[in-house]
Amino acid sequence: MAELRINIGELSLRNPVTTASGTFGYGTEYADFMDIERLGGIFVKGTTLEPREGNPYPRMAETSAGMLNAVGLQNKGADYFIHSIYPGIKDLNTHIIVNVSGSSIESYVACAQKMAGLEKIPAIELNISCPNVKKGGMAFGVTPAGAAEVVRAVRKIYPKVLIVKLSPNVTDITEIARAVEAEGADAVSLINTFLGLAIDVKRRKPVLSTITGGLSGPCIKPIALRMVWQTYQAVKIPIIGLGGIASWEDAVEFLLAGASAVQIGTSNFIDPTTSLKVIHGIEAYCNEFGFRSVSELTGALMQ
Amino acid sequence: MTVTENISLHGSYCLLKLTSLQILPDMYPGQFVQVRIEKSSTTFLRRPISIHYVDRKNNELWLLIRKIGDATRAITQYRTGDQLNLLLPLGKGFTISQRPVTADKPKLLLIGGGVGVAPLLFWGAYLKDAGFDPFFLLGARTKEELLQLEHFRKWGTVHTTTEDGSHGEKGFVTQHSILKNMRFDHLYTCGPKPMMMAVAKYAFSASIPCEVSLENTMACGIGACLCCVEDTVGGNVCVCTEGPVFNINKLKWQN
Ligand SMILES: Cc1cc2nc3c(=O)[nH]c(=O)nc-3n(C[C@H](O)[C@H](O)[C@H](O)COP(=O)(O)OP(=O)(O)OC[C@H]3O[C@@H](n4cnc5c(N)ncnc54)[C@H](O)[C@@H]3O)c2cc1C
Ligand SMILES: Cc1cc2nc3c(=O)[nH]c(=O)nc-3n(C[C@H](O)[C@H](O)[C@H](O)COP(=O)(O)O)c2cc1C
Ligand code: FES
Repeated sequence: MAELRINIGELSLRNPVTTASGTFGYGTEYADFMDIERLGGIFVKGTTLEPREGNPYPRMAETSAGMLNAVGLQNKGADYFIHSIYPGIKDLNTHIIVNVSGSSIESYVACAQKMAGLEKIPAIELNISCPNVKKGGMAFGVTPAGAAEVVRAVRKIYPKVLIVKLSPNVTDITEIARAVEAEGADAVSLINTFLGLAIDVKRRKPVLSTITGGLSGPCIKPIALRMVWQTYQAVKIPIIGLGGIASWEDAVEFLLAGASAVQIGTSNFIDPTTSLKVIHGIEAYCNEFGFRSVSELTGALMQ
Repeated sequence: MTVTENISLHGSYCLLKLTSLQILPDMYPGQFVQVRIEKSSTTFLRRPISIHYVDRKNNELWLLIRKIGDATRAITQYRTGDQLNLLLPLGKGFTISQRPVTADKPKLLLIGGGVGVAPLLFWGAYLKDAGFDPFFLLGARTKEELLQLEHFRKWGTVHTTTEDGSHGEKGFVTQHSILKNMRFDHLYTCGPKPMMMAVAKYAFSASIPCEVSLENTMACGIGACLCCVEDTVGGNVCVCTEGPVFNINKLKWQN
């Protein structure tokens, strides 16, 4: 049987399959539909220092093989997470990774600091790529200097595994990846959503209250895959690949392109057990093609 | 689940009956299911559909569908024996505060319009079983669009309105004389938003407790994505987990 365990910096995951922030709640929402402890890890909802109401409804538009969302990081803030959510999920037998967002360097740092104090949170994913908030969010993630600045500040105070989530809304994602690697990020995850637009032709109005939103789902997969492949040539730190993964074949593509692990996002909405099917499929693939360890797949694309 | 029967009703409506090899789980009126639409290539997300009725004797779940776009059209094309993938039961349903007392049962009025009558059949049946005698007030454009009347009659007294006057009183549900002639203790409503808002307005003015079932668009249906929120007095809350049924006092509908 193939070894499925992989490492992201000092973090050891029992398998490379995790669920993406904002699409899997705090994990417990899915407990009725699957055994969430089989996952390599769960990236929980975007968390900010202060509570956020998010954007007004409508926040979602269906598109061809995907969807636009404009949730805008609705969450009850870091303290609420610590006191009311963390106690209920800390003893899950899988890694819980908190997706941290901010509107200023200080708020990223303060939120990360609070997460650093939580024993059972071994890593954070710094979201410098949310297209749905006016201040901060993606603003930091679209220039190498902006990305470097946030990561530098957070790295100083966050001793555990620091993953930085990159935006695809840039000319050259590898520049950003290199910049965050240089500041000491342990890994990068890519990609967040693409900025998009949907129009209700009958009303001649945008579908979303925010006009634009973030595109996710199978429709973005080829672009995400290309970005993972490019980033794999550019950095040495591990890559967590995501964007439209709906099947184990999709996941294996990301591993071959250079990812060490993957996240399943929007597909959870269509089939809540997608991630488990992906785990099984990857294992069967390794066995069939003679890979002793799933880590051998990373970057094993033949050219 | 397996389709046992697909009955086309008037125009763009159909009644889909489904069964399962397992005993159906506990379901409560006002809850919904998320249907995966495999027969429509243009549909990506699941679609929320109310639980119309649960026939325990035959282990059957009923859905009432109105064709409005590609997904709902695809659902109406399922035939006996086809498999349909559902997540269920989801959300929180209708509530009843008072217990029935033989002498003075609370008077409950269930107001539905169009396909919004769907959850009210299950709720009416539940109330009847619990010892209440519910009233239904069902509205449609024409008499043909009044759906499932014979089923509603099994569980309570049915009143109707049609816009063309072809059945019951002419006009909208909120203009029906029963609202003037009887004093109700609780209203429940599901239907087009303008109708529900009109009912809520009446309920506020008459100080009658009222619950409405919202139809916000959804992605996950289980509280994970936060796409379906309604702006309530307590901030943005998920319709899929805190609703779809809400007391009007929680909504910002007062004005
Ligand atoms: C909790 C809940 C319970 C529901 N119960 C039922 C039910 O029992 N039976 C039933 O037939 N439908 C029900 N609906 C509505 C149903 O989910 C939508 O009609 C369906 O998703 C439309 O999908 P479509 O692909 O056919 O149409 P789409 O192509 O998605 O939409 C076609 C057109 O209809 C509009 N539209 C879509 N959804 C709605 C809506 N909810 N309200 C008003 N306009 C809309 C769109 O803006 C568009 O113009 C329910 C919705 C919710 C949230
Ligand atoms: C409804 C929704 C909410 C999201 N919320 C967040 C979030 O809070 N933080 C974040 O970093 N990414 C968020 N994302 C982006 C996803 O984590 C993921 O990067 C993106 O959807 C692409 O992957 P997918 O195509 O597999 O969904 C969200 C996506 C969706 C669809
Ligand atoms: S539809 Fe996802 S939270 Fe309600």
